[in-house]
Amino acid sequence: MPTTLLKKLVQEYLRPALVMTLLLTILLGLLYPGVVTALAQLLFPYQANGSLLYADGRLVGSELIGQYWTSPKYFHGRPSATLSDNGSQAQPYNAENSGASNLGPTSKTLAQMVQQRVAQLKRENPDAPPGPVPADLVTASGSGLDPDISVAAALYQVPRVAQARGLSQERVRQLVMSHVQGRFLGIFGEPHVNVLDLNLALDALQH
Amino acid sequence: MPVTLNSLVQISLFLVLVLVLTKPLGLYMAKVFNGERTWLSPVLGPLERFLYHACGIDPEREQRWTGYVIAMLLFNLAGMLLLYVLERTQQWLPLNPEHLGPVEPQLAFNTAASFTTNTNWQNYAGEQTMSYLTQMAGLAYHNFVSAATGMALAVALVRALARRSAEYLGNFWVDLTRAILYILLPICLVGALILVSQGVVQNFNPYTVVHTLEGGTQVIAQGPVASQEIIKELGTNGGGFFNANSAHPYENPNALTNLIEMLAIIGIGAGMFYMFGRMVGDTRQGWALWAASAIIFVLALAVALPAEQSGNPLLTHLGVNQQASALQPGGNMEGKEVRFGITDSVLFTVTTTATSCGAVNSFLDSYTPLGGLVPLANMALGEVIFGGVGSGLYGMLMFAILTVFIAGLMVGRTPEYLGKKIERKEVMMAALALLLGPATILGFAAIASVLPQGLASLTTNSGPHGLSEILYLYTSSNGNNGSAFAGLAGNTPFYNWTGAFAMLIGRFAFSIPILAFGGSLVGKRVVPAGPGTFPTTGPLFVMLLVGVILIVGALTYFPAYALGPIVEHLLMLAGRTF
Repeated sequence: MPTTLLKKLVQEYLRPALVMTLLLTILLGLLYPGVVTALAQLLFPYQANGSLLYADGRLVGSELIGQYWTSPKYFHGRPSATLSDNGSQAQPYNAENSGASNLGPTSKTLAQMVQQRVAQLKRENPDAPPGPVPADLVTASGSGLDPDISVAAALYQVPRVAQARGLSQERVRQLVMSHVQGRFLGIFGEPHVNVLDLNLALDALQH
Repeated sequence: MPVTLNSLVQISLFLVLVLVLTKPLGLYMAKVFNGERTWLSPVLGPLERFLYHACGIDPEREQRWTGYVIAMLLFNLAGMLLLYVLERTQQWLPLNPEHLGPVEPQLAFNTAASFTTNTNWQNYAGEQTMSYLTQMAGLAYHNFVSAATGMALAVALVRALARRSAEYLGNFWVDLTRAILYILLPICLVGALILVSQGVVQNFNPYTVVHTLEGGTQVIAQGPVASQEIIKELGTNGGGFFNANSAHPYENPNALTNLIEMLAIIGIGAGMFYMFGRMVGDTRQGWALWAASAIIFVLALAVALPAEQSGNPLLTHLGVNQQASALQPGGNMEGKEVRFGITDSVLFTVTTTATSCGAVNSFLDSYTPLGGLVPLANMALGEVIFGGVGSGLYGMLMFAILTVFIAGLMVGRTPEYLGKKIERKEVMMAALALLLGPATILGFAAIASVLPQGLASLTTNSGPHGLSEILYLYTSSNGNNGSAFAGLAGNTPFYNWTGAFAMLIGRFAFSIPILAFGGSLVGKRVVPAGPGTFPTTGPLFVMLLVGVILIVGALTYFPAYALGPIVEHLLMLAGRTF
């Protein structure tokens, strides 16, 4: 009796469990992603490989991945909380270790950081309109790689960029407004400005 | 008013889309699980038969509840072991262009438990830890099979309700195979390509090195993301390819992908309610559960959305403009992406925690106290608000049983559901299943909040927010959700072990009583409805069901929440920081 029970257990449960695991691993773990990759590379090679942008033949970034900007002649993105690869120190916009600050709403550290960012922003943009600053310019994004800023955040930086480049504020403002990406179907998402797109357009303007 | 008009339009349209998807998805799934031919049968039939043949499965032979449980457990055990081995040996295997080393044993165990149980809790950063092969053949594989396991369990329970004086609940291997071949795989093939067309990456390239305009360098992680992204959402798994999950622009580049991902998360759960109604021969039964879900879903949004859109008052005092306008989303933007703003972030968060998904497009640890309370409570209620694939339906059915039991007590009649008498044994099993969650969550959280090993991980936040982080970890683990208050340093021996046990209990110790319940129910006769039968289709039942879900949840968790998010909210208004 025990041997027939064992046989039944192996035949009806153990063998299907093992063979099914193996075959489904091949189907779902190798064939499926393989087919998707082949079709993606064939149909949408630009997107499948990271939406990479070139300027003068040089790879300058991805349209979708934010970068760390410091020069006054470029528009700046949002604060980024990403760390270095081993996690030991801050490295803003590290695109091989994405992540958020995870600081809670009553965190003292968060309050101090925001206070410093507001002060620095006002120092760097003396000609910006006075008063409260746009929230997205002083808060870290979820991915740490946010490629976008709000329209308000872009307009806030117009006087600084215009002065650093010797352009009129009106010209730079026009450029910002022509780079605003609206909501999907006018409904979904939020209007935003892609910082790298905008900065490439600025460089092209003066080329 | 803190909520914008655009918010209301987006949410209404989203709910309409869910409603529109429910019936066709439900009808199709009923066909698949009834073993009928579908329009995909000519292509997939041969593959299906090949799988049965290779495994020695007789698809005509059904199983009792015990056989169904053994098959489910052995299959999951085999997959969990394989994933553990893959993680530990990835350094010797192909498709590892970044030469990532083996995953540490405890982390590998936690991750194997996490992906087998459909949780996808992640104590690691994907792009720093997992090779492309581990992501595909280990993690994405489990995204498929853990979802299919949940669907199979739900279908077995539905059969127990639908069949009369029967013995068998179905064949686990057949339900598993058909769920994968006819439902998950076709949707994923199409969905993955749509995601790629919008910018989700799909390649095996080494990480890309770029030279920025300012002269710096940036290394950008790559990988076969789209194929994993779509099943991560569709199977309510939630484990991100990258650490930033669906906030990462390569996982979720724009508002359209965000919408597709949200619909993928909620679609099967919503459709399963209709499938249930169809399989028990009265679609109104399914719509009643759907309506109860929709009501709680809207209630959750009504708390979280204003909380997040109002922003953080502590930042307002520091000179930050959090007002929504035509030029900015405003609100509490810490941990959120500009392209999603407040509405798409909160809608995603409520969707991902109402179901058992756990993918995030914004970081919940940085939500306002009330905004963060909503995902926590959603999970604690059992993720029955449309719910995880399969697990949502069987969880909701437990609440339905409890509701007819309570209604029966009120009028002094033996309760019945769908013509089946609910007696001592059934109520015991339902109560056991529903009490297991709170006992696990509150038990582990209590231990973690007093032991030094538990408190040592509060490295990012402290004060009442620290307690919220601990509660969130065990609620998410037990609920097989996987979203996190990620400031808590979870990759420690204490949390790797206790978290893994909470996940395994939440999945398997929950589903076994449910199948036992099904085994006892399937043999019962069906009593024709009489004038004294409490109808389980009308608005009265829906309101009672909503009441039972909310009251059971509130009574169980209120004391803990009062010490975490609720007191934090009051302290935030008083200007306190920690």
